[in-house]
Amino acid sequence: MNIHEYQAKDIFRRHGIPVPPGEVASTPEEAEQIARQYGGTVVVKAQVHAGGRGKAGGVKLAKTPAEAKSLASQILGMRIKDLPVQRVLVTPAADIATEAYVGIVVDRASKRAVFMVSPAGGIDIEEVAAKTPDKIMRLAVDPAFGLLPFEAMRLGFFLYDDVKKVRAAARIMEQLYAAFVDVGASLAEINPLVTTPAGDVLALDAKIVVDDNELARRPDLAALRDESAEAPSEVSARRAGLTFVKLDGNVGCVVNGAGLAMATMDLVKYYGGEPANFLDIGGSSNPEKVVNALRIITADPNVKAILFNIFGGITRTDDVANGIVTATKTNPLKVPIVIRLTGTNEEIALQILEKNGFSAMTDMDSAVQKAVQLATGGKAA
Amino acid sequence: MSIFIDNDTRVIVQGITGRDGSFHAKQMLDYGTCVVAGVTPGKGGQRFDDRVPIFDTMADAVAESKANTSVIYVPPAFAADAIMEAADAGIALIVCITEGVPVLDMTRVYRYVKEKGARLIGPNCPGLITPGKSKVGIIPGNICTPGPVGVVSRSGTLTYEVVYQLTRAGIGQTTCVGIGGDPINGTNFIDCLAAFEKDPETKAVALMGEIGGNDEQDAAVFIKENMSKPVVGFIAGRTAPPGRRMGHAGAIISGSAGTAAEKIEAFKTAGMGIAERPAEFVKLIRERM
Repeated sequence: MNIHEYQAKDIFRRHGIPVPPGEVASTPEEAEQIARQYGGTVVVKAQVHAGGRGKAGGVKLAKTPAEAKSLASQILGMRIKDLPVQRVLVTPAADIATEAYVGIVVDRASKRAVFMVSPAGGIDIEEVAAKTPDKIMRLAVDPAFGLLPFEAMRLGFFLYDDVKKVRAAARIMEQLYAAFVDVGASLAEINPLVTTPAGDVLALDAKIVVDDNELARRPDLAALRDESAEAPSEVSARRAGLTFVKLDGNVGCVVNGAGLAMATMDLVKYYGGEPANFLDIGGSSNPEKVVNALRIITADPNVKAILFNIFGGITRTDDVANGIVTATKTNPLKVPIVIRLTGTNEEIALQILEKNGFSAMTDMDSAVQKAVQLATGGKAA
Repeated sequence: MSIFIDNDTRVIVQGITGRDGSFHAKQMLDYGTCVVAGVTPGKGGQRFDDRVPIFDTMADAVAESKANTSVIYVPPAFAADAIMEAADAGIALIVCITEGVPVLDMTRVYRYVKEKGARLIGPNCPGLITPGKSKVGIIPGNICTPGPVGVVSRSGTLTYEVVYQLTRAGIGQTTCVGIGGDPINGTNFIDCLAAFEKDPETKAVALMGEIGGNDEQDAAVFIKENMSKPVVGFIAGRTAPPGRRMGHAGAIISGSAGTAAEKIEAFKTAGMGIAERPAEFVKLIRERM
């Protein structure tokens, strides 16, 4: 789960990381007020879950409160990478001498949290990694010990020569790791970590991605979610306990199991169609989930046919059949539906469907082909 | 033969009295798995289904039952601890079914389990089955049959789909292993492939991967350099958009890393059979065996 810069900065502050002051504004007037409070030049920064905010014109310097107000009114309401800017962060501009990069990410290969630091900060770290990999130092942290002080110093010496700055940076690394562990992050990034002409070291930007699997036990973190950054169908699906990703196609899919759901989407494409979504109704046989799944999919005007692909191991296929019947009685379908059911209680499921005017297939390829045909009005390959 | 589990597998079910634990413990028992104990703190002294003794702790359970394997059906917040408890109690093979285990928990668990010398399979996996001998997890027994093909997969129901087709085509399985859909897991493709290569009864391997991470690419290199037996692979998620988690926590394309195209290319370089669709496994396995 993404969180905004201002939320990440709050978390950094709580862990003692030096961060410039800043306040969030949702209106140009608020931005003006905050700028006046700080006095001097401020930066007005769009708060969206997207990189490249600067390039998109979402980060601007304002010399006066009036300028802050007018810049805020430009930036608020902008769309950056198709995400609406609903808030800006107003923060006093800092005098920047140097910019470095510090990040922690969970590395699948080493199965550890890994630090990446580079004296080449303020730019895309992936670019640095591609063009000048020797400018990046990596350090895997042993989860049993955390980041040891000498390790933090090694990282600091990779960034700076002046030992005062090295110590300040090392301290920040330790605090960043503590923040990373505290929120159960998959990523925590300071880009840029700046030094000022006065010799201070501070975090000018903050990015944290929280592991989705942490949210169940951390309602405080779950509360930081910004639903305006998501498609309404995805918000609705999450609330219904469904795993759902909206795509652009016309074949709506309901499948049990993520791997099978991905394979189903792929098969739709293979047979000349376009999947409208990824949806995993999971292993439980709860008919309520089927009802919700159909509600969300049929709300998408792009969907021209619906495909159910259910392999029932633990999932009872007759529960799914009952779910389809119930859902379509309350909300009759306006598009054709193709049902593929195989597995536990298959015969009972087929009977239930037949009795209610549905037919079902047991072969996955045939079902996908039929769905594609129906969605494209018979023009598919 | 088989890999990892067989007739000697003695299983403790952690979370045996919970909804999933009790349902699947019964299924395992009905299949013929040697379930020797269950653990639910506070229910020690009771019996499950009138036949399986329940203990408060893994240490107690292992001391009494001499189990060598455990399977975990415990909610995400407690799963990491359950895995470590099993490793500490001396369990050699730990299978964690639970989905939703926080990734940082897994960085700690992986280190702990390794130090204790145990093998972890999962989390977020359906477990494994050696048809006719032992089922540890939730893979339906009735879709499998003994035979010469090793199966390894990151998925659950996609695995069942392929295994079901193999069984109906008369192509049975030595062992089916679900390694799970999480980004950090205890056992990877190479671990299973190495075991299948050593197993005299396995004549070919079916491998089901998906987007995200480097496991399939590493496996392809391993296959090219170390395997004499044919491997047929499939990658789910060719149509997945980048940056989105497709159900499984590990099924996410990061930047340009972990794409289906990259994995399929690795399969090609390794000379593996490549199933374009799940339905192609039967033909390709038959041809190459």
